[in-house]
Amino acid sequence: MTQSTEQAGSIARKNWLLSAPALVVLTLAAAGPLMIMVVYSFLTPGEYGNVTWQFSLNGWRGILLTEDIFEPGTYALADAHLTILLRSLKLSLMTTLITALVGFPTAWFIATKPVKTRILWLFLITIPFWTNLLIRTFAINEVIRNDGILNSLLIWAGAISAPIQILYTDTAVFIGMTYVYLPFMVLPIFAAIDRFDMRLLEAGYDLYASRGQVLRRVILPIVKPGIIAGSILVFIPSIGAYVIPRILGGGKNLMVGNLIDLQFGQGRNWPLGAALGMTLLIIVMIALVFYTRLTNRGAARG
Amino acid sequence: MADRSFSASRLPGFSTIATIVFVVLYAPIVTLVIYSFNEGKTVSAWEGFSLRWYQQAWSNDIVQEAALRSLTIATCAMLIATTVATMAALGTTRTGPFRGKSLISAMINQPLMVPDIVTAISLLIFVAAIKVATGYQGLLYLILAHSAFCIPFAYLPIKARLESMDLSLENAAADLYASPWQAFRRVTLPLLAPAIMAGGMLAFVISLDDVVITTFVKSGGQDTLPTYMLGQLRRGTEPDVNAISTVLLALTVVLLSLFFLLTRKRN
Repeated sequence: MTQSTEQAGSIARKNWLLSAPALVVLTLAAAGPLMIMVVYSFLTPGEYGNVTWQFSLNGWRGILLTEDIFEPGTYALADAHLTILLRSLKLSLMTTLITALVGFPTAWFIATKPVKTRILWLFLITIPFWTNLLIRTFAINEVIRNDGILNSLLIWAGAISAPIQILYTDTAVFIGMTYVYLPFMVLPIFAAIDRFDMRLLEAGYDLYASRGQVLRRVILPIVKPGIIAGSILVFIPSIGAYVIPRILGGGKNLMVGNLIDLQFGQGRNWPLGAALGMTLLIIVMIALVFYTRLTNRGAARG
Repeated sequence: MADRSFSASRLPGFSTIATIVFVVLYAPIVTLVIYSFNEGKTVSAWEGFSLRWYQQAWSNDIVQEAALRSLTIATCAMLIATTVATMAALGTTRTGPFRGKSLISAMINQPLMVPDIVTAISLLIFVAAIKVATGYQGLLYLILAHSAFCIPFAYLPIKARLESMDLSLENAAADLYASPWQAFRRVTLPLLAPAIMAGGMLAFVISLDDVVITTFVKSGGQDTLPTYMLGQLRRGTEPDVNAISTVLLALTVVLLSLFFLLTRKRN
């Protein structure tokens, strides 16, 4: 008995030793700085940026309330921040929804290809997945510009007479995020379908199920875990987007990421920036809790 | 439609949507690549084939320096991340539950869960404090930051390979009186090598692509290719950005093809 616990102890020690170098790097450049950020959200902003070491709740309060310049102690709702928070939520939820709607047929299309060509199609969806986000944002920027391909094409086709202003609007950010994050939705859905035995569909039809019934009773339950995983993979980078709204939103249509950036630049309010960063993290955590609940329920049932 | 043979897996409209998706996904990238060879300055008009934007980018000292810096950081981050991730994968797979196992995997996965911008500002705060304390302004901050967020990408393929690996070969080696180190060196490591290389390539690509974290961590004059490009975009678009994009794109495609070959062969 004692021998086996000793053995277990030595195995745990060996495993910890093997993991130690990774944990050191991650503590120094991931977990540690995150802890320091929490501390900074409770400090007072310094005059030229950075912080002074004095406890304050102003950073957290500043997320939703602004103090009146003339009457210290009176607060009003920070409309600008609320607008940005709501825009971020709206745009990232819309992106998640549309990528799911379009990603499911795409993943199905790839998964039902014969094995030989399937790898090629999979490769085609993987390339954008790993391609530099900046390059793809830049590419979509060239497409939707006033003198870009989309407007030129529409004018040439006679659909419009003057270019439509898409760039520097919420729509541009939405298009950009959908374009950039779509492969994040397709790949997990593909993985879910790939494990599925297609003969079950034939069985469904043999039992006189209609196409709608097969879709609802056989296909959707198979695809659902993929859609849930894909939604998380799309939602997290969307809600934290920084580069896409910066390039396509043009400084006016900010998202939370850009608001955070502002506090470390012109805003010179590091505690507010840190508190906003924590807020973003809390939103992500809520999404993740939601995700584990959904997947656990699925696992318990199936 | 009625005369077409019935296929159980066919769903109406799905192929159409998928085709549109692939066209929309590739059209902007292909256009960008084509126009990087354009003689003219704008994307709206084709003025003939030319390599002038490649020449302009290549002869630009700032671009050269940024490219070299990107490659230096990506190489260091790849080596560090892959080494520590391989060790961590050996410590966390094929072993029963032990104390703190879930903590280790939570820490390794953290960079995947936390949005880039949050990691970026937390590193900015941390690095600013160290810079004040030590006065060091060099590349090590960027190398450390990149190593950290590359770890989960290097870890995942190695872990997957270890989990699907046949234990009997290592047991056979042990039966033939190989020491644990010999068994690892002669049996486990060669079997694991493709996954380690695959993980290394993902780490390299991820490091090369990063713009957000680098923007916040770098000191003055430490532009990498992506941060240089982001700066150029703000100043109005120069076609040499197209040329740099195309080169980076080509590099990604080559590395990914290798990755596919490495991970497919064994399955």
